[in-house]
Amino acid sequence: MTAKPATGIPSLLKTAFINALIALVLFSLMVGIRTEAGSDGQLTYWTRFGDLASLVAAVFGGSIVIELLRQWIGPTGAEKLVPQAVKSGMSFVGRYLAPALLIFTLLVPVIFYDQRYILDLAILVLTYVMLGWGLNVVVGLAGLLDLGYVAFYAVGAYSYALLATNFGWSFWICLPLAGILAAFWGMLLGFPVLRLRGDYLAIVTLAFGEIIRLVIINWQDLTGGPNGVTGIPRPSFFGIPLDNSDDGLAAKLGIEYSPTHRIIFLFYLILALALLTNWVTIRLRRLPIGRAWEALREDEVACRALGINTTTTKLTAFATGAMFGGFAGAFFATRQGFISPESFTFQESALVLAIVVLGGMGSQLGVALAALAMIGGFELFRGLETYRMLVFGMAMVLIMIWRPRGLIGHRAPTVYLTKAQAISSDLVKEGHG
Amino acid sequence: MDYFAQQLINGLVLGSIYGLIAIGYTMVYGIVGMINFAHGDIFMIGGFIALITFLILISLGLTAIPVILLVVLLVSMAITALYGWTIERIAYRPLRHSFRLAPMLSAIGMSFVLTNYSQVAQGARVKPIPPFITGGYTLHESADGFVIQLSNIQIMVVLTTIALLAIFTWLVSRTRLGRDMRACEQDQTMAALLGVDVDRTISMTFVIGAALAAVAGLMYLLYYGLVDFYMGFVAGIKAFTAAVLGGIGSLPGAMLGGLAIGLIETFWSAYFSVEYKDVAAFSILIIVLIFMPTGLLGRPEVEKV
Repeated sequence: MTAKPATGIPSLLKTAFINALIALVLFSLMVGIRTEAGSDGQLTYWTRFGDLASLVAAVFGGSIVIELLRQWIGPTGAEKLVPQAVKSGMSFVGRYLAPALLIFTLLVPVIFYDQRYILDLAILVLTYVMLGWGLNVVVGLAGLLDLGYVAFYAVGAYSYALLATNFGWSFWICLPLAGILAAFWGMLLGFPVLRLRGDYLAIVTLAFGEIIRLVIINWQDLTGGPNGVTGIPRPSFFGIPLDNSDDGLAAKLGIEYSPTHRIIFLFYLILALALLTNWVTIRLRRLPIGRAWEALREDEVACRALGINTTTTKLTAFATGAMFGGFAGAFFATRQGFISPESFTFQESALVLAIVVLGGMGSQLGVALAALAMIGGFELFRGLETYRMLVFGMAMVLIMIWRPRGLIGHRAPTVYLTKAQAISSDLVKEGHG
Repeated sequence: MDYFAQQLINGLVLGSIYGLIAIGYTMVYGIVGMINFAHGDIFMIGGFIALITFLILISLGLTAIPVILLVVLLVSMAITALYGWTIERIAYRPLRHSFRLAPMLSAIGMSFVLTNYSQVAQGARVKPIPPFITGGYTLHESADGFVIQLSNIQIMVVLTTIALLAIFTWLVSRTRLGRDMRACEQDQTMAALLGVDVDRTISMTFVIGAALAAVAGLMYLLYYGLVDFYMGFVAGIKAFTAAVLGGIGSLPGAMLGGLAIGLIETFWSAYFSVEYKDVAAFSILIIVLIFMPTGLLGRPEVEKV
């Protein structure tokens, strides 16, 4: 906590002692005393001084360890010399990491055919990869801070759920519709925020996300309110159901039916959707609109001066990002078979945003790795139950302190001049640009 | 008309609580330029500490209500302020010169930590307390029997808010610390060159903001008679909405925005539907920002190229 450079043992102990004292005051009432409402509504309390003491001791020990580590590593700002061999090795890994990951992902259902848990986890990770890539268009490319991305996820999920349960439309018709509807909502959100920037934008998108969630909760006739929508149809293989019937895919192919088929189909479906997102994003970056997004991120005033229409640029960014969110939402609904407003809280928005920022804002590979790390890490702590979100929050803070620019923090410009051009001084004199 | 007057009173009381939280947001934003997402949870922690202190004092046998209130107020302000200070030290200071999104994400993470910390430490159930300050005045009784009530606790909330605002305004405009804060708000580098301890000033900003949030937490506890670990999120978003509505960075704006949000919410629940009161508050925020992109009292941002 105290950042003063401690040198000797006495000052080290002094720092640790001060930290422990602060911890004692902080935890004294919150941890040392436990309150609970009794059956008659009367509050009772009991003391937990043992827990308090161990926490304070942990802080004392922890700050000694951290201080020692700090002295051992040296000042954080120092430039570290990386040997040439390591550097070239890193670039080799960097070049082949993405294809290797892709091939591995394609093989996941083959390798883990019998492990339902791993397949389910992989599907979850891929859903977040897709959400991350979708939000990346808005935050990473266009530089518009969106704290309500989960709203589009919700719009997509509810679009498919309601269309499928009320009208019996198939997944493959609803998927594009969900995307279009979400994109439409993205535009709708885009209009009021055109003139806003930075943190005003953040709060308006956050408010928008909350509005959508509250409307879903309260419009019970349409959405079922807090109970959600149940009985959402499972996806079919382009019209052929994936079940145990005679019309099922297994029967048609003449193989024995297994419930794993559907999981594997869902896996490849979300993989295809995610790769589509990735491919579209990469292609868009090469188009004028993608370049306009990146220009907008760097400097809005310069963009205007260069004649870029910031209105359409922002709206397309919102709409594109929202569309992918809608696709992911429709997939989520069909995978779960049940959706409720519980799944679309601010926490989800924050998680996706954390994935994008941790991934390095604009780096596609970084976002994928960050999604793997976050969701995988989240699963690792499933056994801890209530401590899970606590650990997650701490991890978010620590990662931000450790690498504020994300895992893959370098942002290569998509376009650059190949050679320096000499500009004559009479071109740049005052009044001529 | 009587119904309107009663709702006006209720709205002003709620708005005062929002305003106190909003000041913390707007102050931090003005000086450091970041959204302190954890501020709503600081408010929640303040409420919890007040509750626990109440319990201890009562079980010690104290009966004088003014003494209890004063002790609770001081303890909860002090400990919550220390929370604010620690959080700034751990989660925000290392990121001060980092890029814009980093401190915000760190703040979101910190908000998760605080919410779940109090859930783990104090349990997930709502904690009620018996009403401490009872009684009130009947202002007007109409022919059909509708009574306009002004309860003592409502008077106390409004008076405390006014008193705190007066102290706070004096602090910002008259003291050395306030001058340092205003200097840091304008230009941190220049302020540092002129001998202002920027680190200390920013720490003090968090301390003051957290102390005000603790008062808001105590008021909430007394007014509604309960706290739970999740109340920081909703109240935090509302207060932040209030700060943005009033023009973020502007202190009178935060109070004005808080009152506006409190009134909108109360009147919407009274005349339209309770379920959609939050939707109404957020929608009005969006509408105001469409026409006044810097809020009600915010300064227009001058962009230099």
